Amino acid sequence: MVNVERKGDGCAVRIEGEMTIYTAADLKPALLAPLADCRELELDLAQVAEIDTAGLQLLALAKLEAARAGGDLRLINHSDAVRDVLDLCGMVGFFGDPVVIPS
Amino acid sequence: MNLDQALKTYIEESRELLQEIEDGLLRVEQEADTADTVNAIFRAAHTIKGSAGLFGLDYLVAFTHGVESVLDRVRDGSLGIDAELVALMLECRDHISALVEHAAEGAMTATPELDAGGQTLTTRLNVYLGKQPPATTPAAPEAVEARVEASGGGRVGCDCWHISLRFGRESLRNGMDPLSFLRYLATLGDIVSIETLTDALPAAADMDPEQCYLGYEIKFRSDADKATIEGVFEFALEDSQIHILPPRGRVADYLDMIKALPEDDLRLGEILCRVGSLTEHELQEALGAQAAGAQAEQGEATEPAPIGDILVGAGMVQPELVDAALDKQKQTREHRAQESRVVRVDADKLDRLINLVGELVIAGASTNLIAQRAGMADLLEATSTLSRLVEEVRDSALTLRMVQIGATFSRFQRVVRDVSRELGKEIQLVITGAETELDKTVVEKIGDPLMHLVRNSMDHGIEAPDARVARGKPAQGTLRLNAYHDSGSIVIEVGDDGGGLNRQRILDKAIERGIVQAGQNLSDQEICQLIFEPGFSTAAAVTNLSGRGVGMDVVRKNIEALRGTIEIDSVEGQGTTIRIRLPLTLAIIDGFLVGIGGSSFVIPLEAVAECVELSEADRAASRDRHYLNLRGEVLPFLRLREVFDVDGLPPRRENVVVVQYGKQRAGLVVDELMGEFQTVIKPLGRLFGHIRGIGGSTILGSGEVALILDVPSLVQRTSEREGRALAPPHALSVQ
Repeated sequence: MVNVERKGDGCAVRIEGEMTIYTAADLKPALLAPLADCRELELDLAQVAEIDTAGLQLLALAKLEAARAGGDLRLINHSDAVRDVLDLCGMVGFFGDPVVIPS
Repeated sequence: MNLDQALKTYIEESRELLQEIEDGLLRVEQEADTADTVNAIFRAAHTIKGSAGLFGLDYLVAFTHGVESVLDRVRDGSLGIDAELVALMLECRDHISALVEHAAEGAMTATPELDAGGQTLTTRLNVYLGKQPPATTPAAPEAVEARVEASGGGRVGCDCWHISLRFGRESLRNGMDPLSFLRYLATLGDIVSIETLTDALPAAADMDPEQCYLGYEIKFRSDADKATIEGVFEFALEDSQIHILPPRGRVADYLDMIKALPEDDLRLGEILCRVGSLTEHELQEALGAQAAGAQAEQGEATEPAPIGDILVGAGMVQPELVDAALDKQKQTREHRAQESRVVRVDADKLDRLINLVGELVIAGASTNLIAQRAGMADLLEATSTLSRLVEEVRDSALTLRMVQIGATFSRFQRVVRDVSRELGKEIQLVITGAETELDKTVVEKIGDPLMHLVRNSMDHGIEAPDARVARGKPAQGTLRLNAYHDSGSIVIEVGDDGGGLNRQRILDKAIERGIVQAGQNLSDQEICQLIFEPGFSTAAAVTNLSGRGVGMDVVRKNIEALRGTIEIDSVEGQGTTIRIRLPLTLAIIDGFLVGIGGSSFVIPLEAVAECVELSEADRAASRDRHYLNLRGEVLPFLRLREVFDVDGLPPRRENVVVVQYGKQRAGLVVDELMGEFQTVIKPLGRLFGHIRGIGGSTILGSGEVALILDVPSLVQRTSEREGRALAPPHALSVQ
């Protein structure tokens, strides 16, 4: 579900499958663990097939936690599902990452 | 939570309140101490307005508000109530009623015609609000001014809905995803902008990933009405905080919402600006006023001024609006208390229940029959308990449909008032027996015939004041409406102390119209009944009320359709009383089962006075005469065997069932008395509709069909025959 790969000072985290209420309980520790020892975190969302409010607020939590620790969290490779939800909730600005819109 | 249902209840309630207003207005003129009545009228108008606001029926709120303001002035004594004001208020009531009926059709905005009508009335109302000298009520002009301001400055400029969502913590676990609500919302209109609030997210350690912490502020453009938008969040309503503010909502509403939400006021204000629902200026004005108020208060009182006061002070909201909001809350509570005592039931459901009880009665009867045949004592005992219970169920089911006739009667207060003015007559209406109960279906159908009769009495019956004085009667005429129960039927009387019926004129007219022929021998009652013939009118002048010869025959048809009859008591020069006699219920009756040959007939039990055996002497004499001596009284009788042409010879012993209808009695000769029987009335086919003497059919326990006798027409038949026997031989009978 969550693959963590160290990249020098930061971590690259790849999330696969769904980020929903069914997986939220497992995702939370998996997502927060890398934050403890990485200043910079890159979240690859390419493989997120489904996301709901529970998933969205986990992303928001991670973003806020990273900022609180003085680090940075970036979202990259938004999947369609993620992009759709960010748009719907007007959260693109909150995360502040460039979103690639497929042509 | 069904808004349609709630709206229905509101409409129903409003109709009742409008009736209260009307009653009150009509009463207020005659009362010395008007305080209570005016209060009642005010409260009713206020409730209509308040609840209309809940449904977003702004046109209703706007108009009713004007009415309420005037009533308020009457209430606090700064305005006297006179006939002119009552007349205006009655017009306003009618207009509100039109608006309510308009809302009942689901319209959220008024039609131009309604608007125009409302405008005219509002202008007339404003005269009452404006012409008051300022010295007596210094506060009043301010209030009026404040209102003008409130409509402009007190509202936000944004033409979009603002929706604020704070979902309950457990929504996610309960399977409700806020995102799906948003997606659904987007189908109803355009989400112009949206802000997701993450403020409620706790620190990572405390955060439960399965709870919902996100909030949303949404600027939403849509033509949908509030109910539809609220419907989106219907499932979430319970544990969520959801605020929906209409386009161009009041600043106060925004402030209230800001107060209600958990986030910091200033931050929320910023978010609202960012979403675009409030402009910076509007926000500062409102929050600034609030802060200033708090500072000013701090010196004297520790309690910060309530937000309502600040807004009122700043001239943003008129005091009434705040009062209205508070009252609305109070009323909602009161309504809840009332609701717990009264349950509103759909009339269709009730009809279904009555139908089922009818089937139960039939099924019970057949069980009874089988038990009797089987001759098992314990089974018989069980079925008799059962039938007693069924009887009770039947009675209480029928009483559910019983309503007092008072509401129907009091409608005529207004009619009498209006019509007497139109005719230039002075007429007072006296109502008695308003608490008499009868079947709801009957009540609904009796309204129109009564209206005809009342108008007819006022138009033709009661004379003009000078004519009355010349006849030595008081100038003011009296119209009486009365109702009472009489041997299983309900009697409704419409009486007047007018000129009474001129029998000779009726007879002349009838002969002229060819309804009867000259030389016919007619009883008094028969002559009076002629006025119910189609195309009959003796009025010298045709007014727009009556005299056109339509109406009275329709009245009789309507009454007969209800299995009722109509009779007239009239004394020339002293007045006329029209008496309508109706069965109490149209569904199930207690019947008395009799047998003739192989057939069974049901006589409504309430019409049965007694049963006697046809004595040998009477039997022998019955070939020559059709009456017998009942304890010294002459009792005309009918042999049902002959009436219905039943085959076979009469048995050795015959019985007479003495039936009574009104003041008349008659005997019905039958073979066999079979006892009481609960009768479910089934209508007869149209083919049999014209047969006299039969009122309907029913199904016996054995599955056989029995005919229900129509006692009134049978009784009439005996008296007709007597009349014919006594009349000159060439005379024809008239029915």
